[in-house]
Parts: sequence; structure tokens; C-alpha cells
Amino acid sequence: MKSLLAQEHLLSKSTEQLHVLNQNGFAKFRDKLTGIGLNPLKPTSIDIFQMNVGKMCNQTCKHCHVDAGPDRKEIMTKQTMQTCLEILSKHDIPIVDITGGAPEMNPNFRWFVEEVKKLGKHILVRCNLTIILAGKSYHSLPEFFAKHHVEIVSSLPHYTKFRTDRQRGDGVFDKSIEALTMLNNVGYGLEDSGLMLNLVYNPTGAILPGPQKTLQDEYKLKLKQEFGIMFNNLFVITNLPISRFLDYLLVSGNYHDYMSQLIDAFNPAAALGVMCRNTLSIGWDGYIYDCDFNQMLDMKVQGTSTHISEFDLEALSNRDIAVNQHCFGCTAGLGSSCGGQMV
Amino acid sequence: METYYNPDDLKKFSHIGEFQKSMADKFFQYYGEVFKDGTLTEREKSLIALGVAHALQCPYCIDAYTSSSLEKGCTEEQMMEAVHVAGAIRGGATLAHGVQMMNQTKKLMM
Repeated sequence: MKSLLAQEHLLSKSTEQLHVLNQNGFAKFRDKLTGIGLNPLKPTSIDIFQMNVGKMCNQTCKHCHVDAGPDRKEIMTKQTMQTCLEILSKHDIPIVDITGGAPEMNPNFRWFVEEVKKLGKHILVRCNLTIILAGKSYHSLPEFFAKHHVEIVSSLPHYTKFRTDRQRGDGVFDKSIEALTMLNNVGYGLEDSGLMLNLVYNPTGAILPGPQKTLQDEYKLKLKQEFGIMFNNLFVITNLPISRFLDYLLVSGNYHDYMSQLIDAFNPAAALGVMCRNTLSIGWDGYIYDCDFNQMLDMKVQGTSTHISEFDLEALSNRDIAVNQHCFGCTAGLGSSCGGQMV
Repeated sequence: METYYNPDDLKKFSHIGEFQKSMADKFFQYYGEVFKDGTLTEREKSLIALGVAHALQCPYCIDAYTSSSLEKGCTEEQMMEAVHVAGAIRGGATLAHGVQMMNQTKKLMM
């Protein structure tokens, strides 16, 4: 499967995605925020510095909001990483969340993790699991992660092969199980090891996710029973209607019902806790966004500090967060963030 | 095309209070309570509801509890097993009445 960009698909353009999202007379996200006194949406604090270090990935998942894949060549340079390190050394931002694509495919990934660790930050890597088996040079990743006490967050959309492979590609489930076993073998996910291994569930289709606790209990039971795998937490994430998932919704005829579901399930409590209020998202080219989804829609932060070369924490802490119709994905039901449900 | 069942009507279920509020309020309060985690999990209750929806052949309930079961992480296989449970009970109930037919036949015939 090729990325939308490689297919020269209309939806590879963020302007087209935003055009689709703003048709059909749906209630506007901004109006919903106004209704609960949250417009304009403002940051609470900047706790998470999320970096998308490249769109290259060894997988091409059907729902990917990044439109990542082997054919994507956008990669963060060492110089951009160096600028990020300078920012991190100057500011008290405790968490560095490294994502992609497959972030490990960035040639400077390990160097960067080591440098961030020297700054005493908590590091979180969004690892797709199969990368660990994608080549000899990646086989030592579990030991590398453990050495630097990196928190691992990995997608596993279901504990069955059928549903995981349908979303992430043939053979992904078996490789993910093998990679999880390797992570368990170095202590990840084991009680009292201090090595955090969190899994991510997102629905394999046009449905909202159920309660995190229910799904986590089921995952823990099944993965332990059938594969002897342990993990710490399950983060439940709603699929946002952008990029490949938007394409899927449109092609499958589910777009209208899915958007209606998201809007009907708008939850003010979830809106209060959306991740863009305590996160900055850095693109591979150094531009700054409110979240990874805004990044993929080319919606840069508002104000003067839009690139890391002109990073101004005070201005960013007081910015108006850019919102659009896709934001309904984060405020539906129990809410959704990179750390799972919020309510 | 106009049909007796309209999928959009499912969303209007909560409007039944428009004609009789107090009973609707009591019903929805009870309904909400029934589907909460109890000694059975929400997930188990969704699968039971899915089976019952098939036994009752309610298209609204089938749509609602297909989504609900999927949302709670149920697999396709588990959902079809729930439908088979409904089928087995319906089939069994039909066949169990065969005893009545047999009794009546034996009474009537030499």
C-alpha cells in the first residue's frame, strides 16, 4: 500500500481535508467551545514537547493520520534536533514525546535520545513494535530503551491477529507479539521494573472506542493467557477524521454517521483536558503545532513563534490554540489524547 | 424509498418522553443502570443485548449493540456466537413446542 501522497490522492492535501471537514453543515467545533466558555482555547501549561522526527515508517497502516510509510522521505535533521535540545535545556518542559513515522528510522534517533536523557527529561517513544524486527540494526532497541529508561507507547489495535492485521497490514500482529516478548524479556511491562510499556488501542473501523478500563482488563487477560505478555496501561484513542482514516470514512460511506457520532458525543469535561493545552508538537522541519493532528493538517501555531528557530515559550504559553472540525475526535465521549482517555 | 424502519429513528429513541415524560425518564434511568458494570461487565451485557436483539429481530437494537459490542472490544467471532445463542434458543423453543404437538397428536390419534 502506498501513502496518499505517493498515490497523488486529493486527500494528501491538507486544504482538501479541511474542505471536506467543513462541508455538510455540521455543528462547528469552535461554537461548541464558545458554548462552554472555552473559546479561544488556551494552554494550561507546556509539559510535553512532542517531536515528529520523520514520516518514514516500515508500515503503512490504513488509519494513519500521518500518512506515513516507506515512501515518505521527510526526516528531521540533526541540526533541527540540536535546536530542540537547546530549547529543552533552557526550559522546564519535563516530557519529550518522540513520534513519527517510525521514529527509530531517523538516523540520529539514538544520539538524540541519549542527549535528551542527559538533560534529565522523561522520554517517551511511540514505537510501532515491528520496527524492532525490521533489520539487524534495530534488534537491540529493547536494550537501548531499557538503558535510557525510555517509556514505550505502542499501537496494538486488538489482541487478535485478524483485527490488528486488518488495520496495520498482514503479519503485523505476529511481529508485534514477538517484539512485545523481546520488550518483556528486558523488563518492560513487568511489575516494579520501572520500565513502562503502554499499549494503544484505536478502533479498527468507524466506531468510537469503549471505556479504557474495560478494554485494558480484556487486553491484559488475553495477552497474558495466550502469549504470556505483560504491559502497564492501555491508552484508548479515538480515530480522528483526517488523512487515511478520513479517506476510509468517505470510501466506506461512514463519514456522515461518524462525524455525527463525534459531535453528538461532545463532552465538555473532555474538552477541558485536551492534550493541546499542555503539549507542543514539533514537525520534522522545525515548525511548531498545537498537536500532531494539527501538524498533519498544516495548521501551525498562531502568533509569532511558529518555528523552533524563533521559540518563545511565553508567547506559546499564551497563544490561542488552532481548532477545526477534526478536534471533535478528541472531545467525544470519554475524550482522547496521546495518553488515552481523559475523563 | 420510504420504509417502516428508518435508521435515523434510532437517534430519536430518547425523544419518546415527548408524549409521556415520567415513564420515559424512569425507563431511561433503569436502562442506564442495567447496562453499567455490575457482576456482569458492560462488555458481557452488550453481547447479551446483541443476542436478544437478534431474537427479537429489532433492527435498531441490532445496529446499536453491534456498535456497542465492537466499541467494547468484542471480536466478530464472539458476536456471531452471541447470535448463535439467540438462534439456538429460538430454534430450541420452537422444537420444544414439538412436544406439545406430539402430546396433542397422541391424544387425538389411535
